[in-house]
Amino acid sequence: MADLSAAPGSVSEIRDSYVELTQRRRVYGGILLVLFVALMAAGFRTADNRNAGSFSDGFNRIFDYPTEVLGEAWEKVGLLPGHILHFLPALIETINIAAASTLIGVVAGTFLALLSTRGMALWPRLIPLFRRISDVFRAIPEIVIALVLIFLLGGGPVPAMIAIAIHTAGALGKLFSEVNENASLKPVEGLHSVGASWAQRMLLGVIPQVGPNYVSYALLRFEINIRASAILGFVGAGGIGYELRNSMAWGQGRYDEAAAIFLLLFFTIVVVDQISGHLRDRLTHGART
Amino acid sequence: MTVLSTNTGLEELKQEAELLFQRKRLFNFGLPALVVLYLTYVFFAFDVPGLWSKLSPDNAYTLVSDSYSYKTHVTRDNRDASVSVAIEGERKGAYPEGEAPSWVTLGETTVIDLENGHVVRFGPETIEYDVPGYGLIRATPDRRRGVQAELPAGEVPDWINVSKNRLAVTTEAGRLTVTRSRSEVFRYFMGWELFFFTLDSPYHGMGVGELASRAATGEAAAIFNDFWTNKMWRHQDVAWAILETLLMAFLGTLGAGLIALPLAFLATRNFMPIRTLRFTMRRLFDFVRGVDALIWTVVLSRAFGPGPLTGALAILVTDTGTFGKIFSEALENVDQKQIEGVQSTGARPIQRYRFGVIPQITPVLLSQLLYFLESNTRSATIIGAITGGGIGLLLTQAIITQKDWEEVAYYIVLIILMVMLMDWFSGWLRRRLIKGDEGKKKKPKGTSKAKPFVLP
Repeated sequence: MADLSAAPGSVSEIRDSYVELTQRRRVYGGILLVLFVALMAAGFRTADNRNAGSFSDGFNRIFDYPTEVLGEAWEKVGLLPGHILHFLPALIETINIAAASTLIGVVAGTFLALLSTRGMALWPRLIPLFRRISDVFRAIPEIVIALVLIFLLGGGPVPAMIAIAIHTAGALGKLFSEVNENASLKPVEGLHSVGASWAQRMLLGVIPQVGPNYVSYALLRFEINIRASAILGFVGAGGIGYELRNSMAWGQGRYDEAAAIFLLLFFTIVVVDQISGHLRDRLTHGART
Repeated sequence: MTVLSTNTGLEELKQEAELLFQRKRLFNFGLPALVVLYLTYVFFAFDVPGLWSKLSPDNAYTLVSDSYSYKTHVTRDNRDASVSVAIEGERKGAYPEGEAPSWVTLGETTVIDLENGHVVRFGPETIEYDVPGYGLIRATPDRRRGVQAELPAGEVPDWINVSKNRLAVTTEAGRLTVTRSRSEVFRYFMGWELFFFTLDSPYHGMGVGELASRAATGEAAAIFNDFWTNKMWRHQDVAWAILETLLMAFLGTLGAGLIALPLAFLATRNFMPIRTLRFTMRRLFDFVRGVDALIWTVVLSRAFGPGPLTGALAILVTDTGTFGKIFSEALENVDQKQIEGVQSTGARPIQRYRFGVIPQITPVLLSQLLYFLESNTRSATIIGAITGGGIGLLLTQAIITQKDWEEVAYYIVLIILMVMLMDWFSGWLRRRLIKGDEGKKKKPKGTSKAKPFVLP
């Protein structure tokens, strides 16, 4: 900003320096924009070259597969309710995976967050360690752990649950510790002064302050985890994703099943999104008033 | 709450307080109880007790031991008595004909020194294994009569497995298997084998100092080439795979941002007067978001085939919905006064948007884009595993072979490093860019609270 203590220059001086400043900014902005466009274009070309089919060829065929599936499903529309009923248990398994892993992740994430926040940690010296742990947990994509565990335990919901829970613990650990930073430490000190143990201090001093935010983040995580558990099913971890892969592997003739699964998955995601969005809205607004 | 009303008696107040406490207690104990109940249900629904029977300790042992150690196979073909040495038993790691590591002495009788007194001899007819503290194990493979094993007197210990056609001896020094057609010795070593150079490279087994001096005298390109084209670890392919994964995340996220920004204007109450169009736009965003990345990946890979482009497009399509929603919410919260101020200077509509609206939503926009860039790096790994591109594909391939666990460990380390690096980079960029806007330090915090849609 302009230096107020200096003698004010003439209007034209100020004007000149302003114009110069904006021009310089514009040049920088232009260079950045060109660089950005070039990067995007180069990236697109590389991706296009390394892909099996090219963008221009595939673009016209985007809707071929959906129309094929929907067309066949439409012909057998009478079977659809039966299919939906048939795949409902798989859907429930997918939701169970997401819910259980979210719950486990919330508990683990709470501990990670409390142990890695200054002023709340049980062992202040180990704060960096717990931060790194949650960083690493967060960085591991679910599929890595899921595939390794599938090798050890065989296919099924448990590998997916463990994999998602670990990632959730890391992600929530970070978010929760950000929430913790904003919490007041006075209740903790007060409880400390009357001789409360660490667990009591956290349970009575911290959790009531951060509870609504925790729940809000946990709900958001639940939305994400439903998608994740569907994807992990696709690589062999049970649930609706597994059924989807099977019915897709059958190809034509079983597209009505694939369509039923698409529908189930779509509506589940939309419904969960709506409910959790509504709840989160209420939580944040409730906290504000 | 009700304390203010004057005519409530003390008793009544006390009762009320007690009731409140009771309710709170019920809530505080009821909720955890519900959670525990649910987890118990899941525990049995997922058949966790039955999991122990499914757990295969052999697999676990191979996985763990293979990820930090490797074995060298010394194999004798029992039909023509020829002996070959190969790391991990792979052709890519085979020693050239007539060559062997120093602990194997080739000859009429091949002597394999497993150290600590363990010696295996591949004789012209008979295989011998001298186990210190136990005695000499002899086995003669024969095409017709199977494997004839001669063990020292006494009970057969459980580390020796004898049957008519097979002898297997497992000690801490190594492992010997003799079948009709071949005899094989495994010796285990720590570390990842041939990580830098394969056996056919002249630089295999050289120290760092010698390599550095050779590199200084003009062999740097050759050394790098041998490393880069290492057949065992395929450094070149791995680097490309990581690049592909990052490319998917980059193209997908930024492409989605570019498409979603103009569309988001159409979905806001304050910029889009036509109600039906607004409504359609919002439903479109919801639809695209609801059809999960999984389904988009499946659909798009039918059209574009496997590869990074498909992954990028799947991310792009899904995130267009997400960004459309976030951006339109941010646009609905913009301050109208700033726009009016710009308008009062005689700005045209385009200028009004450019100087009145965009600066207000830039912090939200940038921080969301960067958050998603980081989280999409992870998604791209997963999508890559499904659609066949990037490091996700390499990882699944390595896991499917069920023996290259050292490669799996390597890829996992790379993936974690990649994601952490992206996390750090996007955080750094976010801080720089958003703090760079003078006086807006507080903004991202306030906006992120108003919009709990922030992804970790």
